[in-house]
Amino acid sequence: MSRPGFVLEVDERTPPLLVHQGEGFLLERFPLGTRVVYPPDSLPPIANVDAAIQRALLHPVDSPPLPDLLRPGMRLTIVFDDLSLPLPQMRPPDIRQRVIENVLELAAEAGVDDVELIAANSLHRRMTPAELKRIVGERVFRAFFPKHLRNHDAEDPDGLVHLGTTPHGEDVEINRRAAESDLIVYANINLTAMSGGSKSVTVGLGSYKSLRHHHNVHTLRHSRSFNDPPNSAMHHSYDRMAEVLGEAVKVFTVETTLNLDSFPNHVGFLNRREWEWGIGDQLSYLAAKRANDLTPPKLRRRVWQNNDAPYGVTGVNAGRPDSVHPLTLANVHRQQLTEVQGQSDIGVWGLPFICPYNVNSIMNPILVMSLGLGYFFNLYRNQPIVRRGGVGIFYHPMPKEFHPVHHPSYIDFFEEVLPQTTDPAAIEAKYEQQYAQDPWYRHLYRTSYAYHGVHPFYMWYWGAHAMEHLGDVIFVGADRKTAAVMGFRAASSLADALEMARDTVGSSPSITYLHAPPVTLADVR
Amino acid sequence: MMPALEYRQSTPRFLAARGASSTKLGGRMSGVLASNVAPLRLVHRAEPSLPSGGDWVRLRPLLSGICGSDVSLLTGRSSPYFGAVVSMPFVPGHEVVAETLDDLPGLPKGSRVVVDPVLSCAVRGGEPCRWCVAGQHSRCDRVTAGRVSAGLQTGYCTDTGGGWGRQMVAHAAQLHAVPDTLDDRRAVLVEPLSCAVHSVRRAQVPEGAAVLIVGAGTVGLLTLLALRALTKAGPIYVVAKHAHQHARARELGATEVFQPSRAARAVRRACGGTLEQPMIGGDFLLGGADVAFECTGAGAGLDMALRLVRAGGTVLLSGMPSGGVDLTPVWFRELNLVGSYASSGRPATETTTAEAAADEQGAGEPAGGTFAEAMALAAEAPLDGYVDAVYPLSRWREALGHAAKAGQLGAVKVAFDPSRN
Repeated sequence: MSRPGFVLEVDERTPPLLVHQGEGFLLERFPLGTRVVYPPDSLPPIANVDAAIQRALLHPVDSPPLPDLLRPGMRLTIVFDDLSLPLPQMRPPDIRQRVIENVLELAAEAGVDDVELIAANSLHRRMTPAELKRIVGERVFRAFFPKHLRNHDAEDPDGLVHLGTTPHGEDVEINRRAAESDLIVYANINLTAMSGGSKSVTVGLGSYKSLRHHHNVHTLRHSRSFNDPPNSAMHHSYDRMAEVLGEAVKVFTVETTLNLDSFPNHVGFLNRREWEWGIGDQLSYLAAKRANDLTPPKLRRRVWQNNDAPYGVTGVNAGRPDSVHPLTLANVHRQQLTEVQGQSDIGVWGLPFICPYNVNSIMNPILVMSLGLGYFFNLYRNQPIVRRGGVGIFYHPMPKEFHPVHHPSYIDFFEEVLPQTTDPAAIEAKYEQQYAQDPWYRHLYRTSYAYHGVHPFYMWYWGAHAMEHLGDVIFVGADRKTAAVMGFRAASSLADALEMARDTVGSSPSITYLHAPPVTLADVR
Repeated sequence: MMPALEYRQSTPRFLAARGASSTKLGGRMSGVLASNVAPLRLVHRAEPSLPSGGDWVRLRPLLSGICGSDVSLLTGRSSPYFGAVVSMPFVPGHEVVAETLDDLPGLPKGSRVVVDPVLSCAVRGGEPCRWCVAGQHSRCDRVTAGRVSAGLQTGYCTDTGGGWGRQMVAHAAQLHAVPDTLDDRRAVLVEPLSCAVHSVRRAQVPEGAAVLIVGAGTVGLLTLLALRALTKAGPIYVVAKHAHQHARARELGATEVFQPSRAARAVRRACGGTLEQPMIGGDFLLGGADVAFECTGAGAGLDMALRLVRAGGTVLLSGMPSGGVDLTPVWFRELNLVGSYASSGRPATETTTAEAAADEQGAGEPAGGTFAEAMALAAEAPLDGYVDAVYPLSRWREALGHAAKAGQLGAVKVAFDPSRN
């Protein structure tokens, strides 16, 4: 039986607590009285994953069994989440591979010949063949790549089809092959509450024309939080689009959830609560910290990126998407939800080396912002852990470093847009269309491995709610010039950050530290 | 006898300065090189005497600017090519506002004048070459002939002296009277502004064209001024290193100003096209600006201009070129590489020759040529503060150090006042 989530109040006996700081970490001594939010213990994994998958496929929720949906001569499209999930990457075999292999076996038994696999990468960068292979596995890759296994292309005018509009006037435009299939089977990984459900197909296979209806400043500011679908304007839009989709094509979804075994054994202390560290954990912390600090930056990045997570699978549910997703969310909450009583003046988050958009890449400053003020700030239900007008303190070195192949429009966004304004609404009004329609970015998105030209805008909007909510944002350990370009302040230590925060929250602020990763979802009452 | 800075023949010193300035450290210490290694010294020498023939006059320089080409010469960066068209020793200084010491018809003694430094046929006497006949005296073929010693310009000629001395001589054809309303600090900018006007004429900028100016020193800023005043150019983008240059460029009408480090990406964003990244060498555009003005005189500046102009576009060499450049873009993108030297529009001496008439570039200038236009522009443009560092000759090392680092030190034009002790 796993222990539930836990809120620690720092007292004299509390040891220094682990804080992630990009491609590094440290032990930080927090002021007395600081609340520290820990997730529940990692749930025990399903012992026989293949059996669970087969059971889900044969006994789906609100849907006939998958074999009953398969027939000779039909067009079957298997769609799967791209490498933005899970984080860190999952130690092979990937759960998507297992799902796909099981679906393909059933399709073969049913005599289905017309099968295509499409990565739901939306406006993310295309995955390389090696990255595709890692997700679907060697056997599927060999059998289907490249002709029948490919990335979605959201800028292929011949490869998209407009399915209609929602009652709110939102365009639903998705991948033509998928839309014109007799059945879409979606293989999902749900690491956070924002993923899966209506989002999977409508966003994963969508186009800019479709995404602009929910990936915008207004919607993000009214998604409180986007990890709480009932209170997320973004998810309401997804749901409306999914209804239009459902009228055009049948979707059979397979959603999976993972436990919190986010780091491998040799850095297992990263998965554990500090006061429970044994001698081994303490020694391995000292060794890992020392080695990490001494390692050249490029090698250090490679080491972190190659640290596959030994996740265990905690749930497999299949069937009708809107019936499956609540079960998935319940599983996510069971693993991540921790109840917190009330807000505080200051929220603290340690930002790790990885976010959805720098897998095998570089965490550039805009992604740091998006990870902190977007993803981590929004790891809440009901209300943020920090009060309106409070201060957000984030840990990250925030170097001014970009991956020129993966993030070309990010470089221009940082150099051209942010020096003019950091206001998300102003940025959206003046620059979004220019970047979204820039032929070069389109070209690189389609033919190279670049994120879509509009993607940095979405990352900036991701933080729109936090920017509006917080009275001040301070990054501990950040490059000062880089932080200043983004409108934030940099502090060299937590003590300095708290000193800087005095102007906003006074000299005796209440503090809450969201201890993540592993992912913790605060249920703030 | 008078004090003057004299540049003398010294190949070892020239080469030493050239070698040192080609290194990274030397590049940073160009001011030290210009004032210590270059074969330049402060001497007392005889005032230049009036050459034979009429219409010569003695001048007392009031201000004499330090041009980028002067700094380039003193740091050894300028091309040895020029060695054949100068006479040594010479007194540098070709951006001159001066007072006449003799009477000329229509120009009484004591008049303030600016000097068109080109020593062309009208100055040298004898049969005019075809370019001078056409009024394109900057192309004169006889800069080594005639009644004064070899020298492409005043400031590179033994016989005429130069602006970095207390006295010099000039021919009436070189002189342009300065109206009383134009003070000395603006007047000393007329010569470089005239060059900028000439370069803008040479480029023949189409209406609405996207223009890139690489460099925002004196040449770049004055080119921007001329472009806005004399053409219907569309957006003008300026590449500038320093904050004060950004501010001045905006004041003169730049659409946007970019740091050199982001020029390629910024021009692509502004003008369209794709950014290509070769394994070795700088990024370049398939697409880009219609016309680029290279205003740094450095190889890196020209390299940037060539890489950021669209196919079939024009790159105009405004700064005196130095350093080697990969000319592949000229070939691959079929660029027009246009030179622009000094100014133009001195009155034609005779009927235009067929060859000169056939050369369209440079045509269409109003009477009085680029100097007249420059004079008018200098009176109206927001050029206050452009000459903010004036030194006596005795502090020549400081002056050259200041000029070599003008951008970093927040200055545009550094000048000598040879009359000051």
